Order: sequence, then structure tokens, then C-alpha cells
Amino acid sequence: MTGHAVAAQAALAGQADKGTVKRGGRTAAWSAAGSGAAVAVLAYLPFAVFTSTTQTILTFFELVTLASMWNLLAGYAGLVSVGQQAYIGLGAYAVLAFSDWGVQPFLGVLLAALACAAIALPTSLLAFRLRGDYFAVGTWVIAEVYHVAVTRDNSLGGGSGRALTTLSGLDPTLRDAITYWVGLGVAVASVAGCYLLLRGRLGLALTAVRDNEVAAGSAGVDVTRAKRVVYLIAAAGTGAAGAVVLVSQLNVNPDSIFDVRWTAEMIFITVIGGIGTIEGPVLGAVLYTVVQRVFSGAGVWYLILLGSAAVAAAVWLPRGLWGLASSGRLRLSLFPIGYTVVPGRGAVDAAGFSRSGPGPRSPTRQGPDPESSG
Amino acid sequence: MIWVDALVQGLLLGGLYALFACGLSLMFGVMRIVNLAHGDFAVLAAFLAYSLATATPLGTLGATLLLVPAFAAFGYLVQRGLIQRALTVGPLSTLLATFGLSIVIQNALLQGYSGDTRALNPGSLVSASLHLGGGIDVAYLALITFGLAVAVLAALQLFLKISRTGRMLRAASDDPGAAALVGADARHLYGIAAALAFGTVALAGLMFAMRSSFDPSIGPTRLLYAFEAVVIGGLGSLWGTLIGGMVLGLAQTFGAQYDPAFTLLSGHLVFLAVLAFRPQGLIPARSMS
Repeated sequence: MTGHAVAAQAALAGQADKGTVKRGGRTAAWSAAGSGAAVAVLAYLPFAVFTSTTQTILTFFELVTLASMWNLLAGYAGLVSVGQQAYIGLGAYAVLAFSDWGVQPFLGVLLAALACAAIALPTSLLAFRLRGDYFAVGTWVIAEVYHVAVTRDNSLGGGSGRALTTLSGLDPTLRDAITYWVGLGVAVASVAGCYLLLRGRLGLALTAVRDNEVAAGSAGVDVTRAKRVVYLIAAAGTGAAGAVVLVSQLNVNPDSIFDVRWTAEMIFITVIGGIGTIEGPVLGAVLYTVVQRVFSGAGVWYLILLGSAAVAAAVWLPRGLWGLASSGRLRLSLFPIGYTVVPGRGAVDAAGFSRSGPGPRSPTRQGPDPESSG
Repeated sequence: MIWVDALVQGLLLGGLYALFACGLSLMFGVMRIVNLAHGDFAVLAAFLAYSLATATPLGTLGATLLLVPAFAAFGYLVQRGLIQRALTVGPLSTLLATFGLSIVIQNALLQGYSGDTRALNPGSLVSASLHLGGGIDVAYLALITFGLAVAVLAALQLFLKISRTGRMLRAASDDPGAAALVGADARHLYGIAAALAFGTVALAGLMFAMRSSFDPSIGPTRLLYAFEAVVIGGLGSLWGTLIGGMVLGLAQTFGAQYDPAFTLLSGHLVFLAVLAFRPQGLIPARSMS
């Protein structure tokens, strides 16, 4: 709130005294161009490399989607959920159920996202009765309820799961390529969606809630509504990722698709990459994928190491690796959400003080930081 | 008669859940945090007791007497060394740190003990039971567990109410700033709360392990039991936790009587029903008193 207020006042002052308000700047333009080029290269890959490579990258897309959605929940809305595996499972099973009704599975991915958002609405009514830490464990219980409920449905394969058979008519190479593109599309939509969402009115509301929930409420921000919208969007994105998991594996087992390990992965990636930033989950997913490739033989030790890294990051590096890059002298920001005020020479700032010469460092406001959220 | 049996067994099982949950309730009441590794610490205690009981002449009872104070000391150290740091960073950090700890413990146990299920042998108690007539048998182990649970809860309640440290704990829970002004060292008090929580969770983990088999991955499920007991009973109320544990135990045994597949689901559904219709819990409390 304050950041935007300062920005607005400074914008007025700037009109008179040539101060400027920036959102992003040259780095943002470069990063937009860079991101576009990266997506284009990634989209071309199925023509250029073997399926084993695209499958690794597809897993990376799933992780980017999942982590971005968890980051939106926890890093921006302060809703730390340990039950997001509910929507992975529901998304996967939704594709299965829709395909039984004759829906093409790739189209089913989109419908699964919508179905998850629809299920998330009544779920949020229950889950939002718990706050903070209790919300975290409450969502976990709810995920278990969905897990058991799906296991009880024999038409969906009961406790042992079922295969998705309606894609078997497609040529495997083409099927893999389409799955890859769908995964890429879902990941790009998640990251870009987060960015656009946070730049808009909802982002402003969330920033206000982060700064002071009571003050935001009294200033007219509908706090619960803002959080609920984020919860629904995260459910949809997570559900879409679950649907992609099913389409790529062509098989679903309730115990593994509703496993809390999915949420553990989201948390590790987001926390180590940098919670409360758009770039963090992407960076974390790159690291996670690389580390997973390198240590794939280490088995259990790898998970012990990862857990320790998450503990260390949570306590000693709460803003993650991207937090390191975006603070200090570097001030790197690929997806700028906040505003930066650059006072002009001799500008009269909001408080009415005349500034001559280089003033103190201009106030900046970057994306919400995790310390004060929740 | 089957249902009466389910009623008795459910109430006794509830004692175990309450014993298991009181540490969670205490840590939330004092520090406003949920330790997501709560269940995993119980499983860790069970595995350590298993090793002690098989490798040394201590036996299960000796292992219990050794491990409970050891875990209390361990809890103090974990609180002072890790959770306290996370607390100063922010509310998110404690959740993430304890969640990471949960993953570390699970996989370290998997590495050390493999994924096989184990059971802790409580000696002759395992088979002995009390015949109540009408075909209802109550295992001595279940009775002892229930008695222990009530005793531990009563002792905790008394400690919080009467002792100087207990009063300071409640003060630090109500308002850490004001408590510090009158000389309470919040960090030390938080350490004591964690020590109590870890001691009880070790005890509960061992009683759990004597009752049913365990493996490294079972911690999270048990955390959910404890959590449900706390929420059903009402946040921050120790007697509420006992009632919540018994309601959860009853729901599970009745569900199991109806259909074994409903054991866990019926507990979860009672939890959701409480959340929907009585979110403050059955016995809500204003603070830790």
C-alpha cells in the first residue's frame, strides 16, 4: 500500500518537477525478450532432441507450475498450504473421469483446471476457518479426505489406480510432443499469470494485506476475497499440472498422486529459489532438476540433503537465492511488480522537501517478502 | 455388544491420541507454532527404543525411562538452536524448517532402518487383558496408556497453573513483551515448553509403537491424528485435547466397526464437521489455562 501511495504521490510530484516513477526498466524489457526467446527455443525442442530429454524438461515444466502456484499462495497471500497434493490428484483424476465421458485428454487438462477451481471454492470455506500454521495442517487433512474418497470410487480404479487408455490411438512420438507442448503452455501460463495478476489490482490488494491486514481491511480491501481468489487460481494451476502428470505417465495411482511429497517439492523449490518472487520458483525448479539429475543415484541421501537445505534456507536465507540476487547492489528483477521512484534533480518530493543533488536512495518496493506475510 | 466394545476401545485409544497431541497443543499455545515434524519425532523415539531394547539389556521399560528425558533435553536444544531462530525470521520459517526436519528424519530413518515395519515388544503386557464380561476385553496396555495420558495431562495442567515457571509460560504465551518486562526470559521458557512437548511426544511415540507396528513413513499420518485431536478439542486447551482425542478415537473405532476402510476417513470427517459447525472446538480456551 505504502509503496504504491508513495509512487502515486511521487508521480504527481514528478509531473511538476521531472521526477520519474519506474516499473521495471531496461532489465524488464530485456527479460521479456529473453523469456520469449527461451519459450520459443523450448517449444522447438521436440523437433530437435530425443524424447528422453523432452521428458526431463516436461518434468521441469510441471515443477515450475507447481512451485509458482505454491509461491502465489504462500509467498503472496500468506496461505501456507501443505495440502496442494489434493489438486494434483484431483486434476489427474478429473482428466481420467472426463475421458470416460468422451472428452479428449489434452482438452481435459483445461477442464481439469476448471474443475479443481470449482472444488476449491467449497474447500476454501472449510479451510479458511483455520489460520496460519493450523491452515497448513488443515489443508493436509482435507487432501487426505480427497485421497480416501477417490480410493473409494471403483470406477476410477479404487485403491490401485487406473490407466488412461484414450490416448493409445495416437502415434507415441506425436503424443509425447503434444504432451510436452501442453506442459510448456501450462508452465508459461502459470508464470505469466502470476506476473499479470500481481501487477494488477489483486497484487495491490495482496501487498496491502501483507503490510498490515487490519489496515488493508479498513481501507476497503476485501482480505478474505483476495485470499480466496488466490486459493482458487492456485488450485486451478496445480490441477492443470496434475493433469499433465497423468497425460505424460498415462497411469495414475492414488497413493503416489496424493502424496505429500509433491507439496514437499513445491516448498523446497520455492524456498530455496526465493519465496515471494516470480523468478524464485523458476530458478528453484532449474536447480532442483539439475540436482536431481546429478544425484539420482544417491537415493535417500539426496532427500536428506534436500530437507537439510530447506531447513537452512528457511532459517538463514529466508528470501532464497533470488532474494540474494535481487537485494544488495545487484537489484536484479526480471519480472518487476513494484514501483521505483527516481526523484529528478531539484524535485519536490511527496513530503514537500526540496532535494538538491543526489538524495538518499530512492524508496523501492519489490514483491512481497515472506517475513511479514501470513 | 460390538458397539459397546467399540465405545470402550475408542475412548481408550483417545487417551493415546491425547497424550500424543498435548505436545502439539502446548507448543501452539505457548509459541503459536505447529511443529510439522511432531509425528516424525515420535517415530524417531520408537526406532531408538527399538534399537535400545534389542541391543541392550535395558528392555522396553528401561528404554522408555531413558528416552523420555533425553527427548525433553533434545527438544530444548532444537527449540533454542533452530526453532527460535526461525521464529525471529517470521511465521513462515518455523513451518518450513519443521517441514524440512520432517523430511530429514523420515529419510534418515529409512536409510538407517530400511522401510520394514517394526514393533516394540512391551513384554507380557502385549497379550494380557482385563475381561469385563459380555465379551469385552480391555488390553492392560490400553488401560496403562489411558492412565498415563490422564496423568500427564493433569500434571501439565497443574504445572501451568501452580508452578512459577508454569505461570511465566502462560504469561509469555499471553504477551511475550509484557512478560519480558517482569523478568521472564521468553527464549528459555519456549525451550521449556518444547522440552515438555518433546518429552510427551517421545512417551506417546513409544506407547504407539507398543500398540501397533511402525515404519519410517508413518510420522505424517500420526501428526494428522494429533492435529485433529487438538482442533476437535479446541485450540490451546489441554482438557479439550483429551476430549478431542477421545472423540477422534471413538470416530475411528466406530468407523472401523462399520467398514475397516472407513477407519481414517471417519476421523477426518468428524474433524471437518467440527471445523464447519464448531470451529472454536468442543472446549475452547482463551489461553493456556
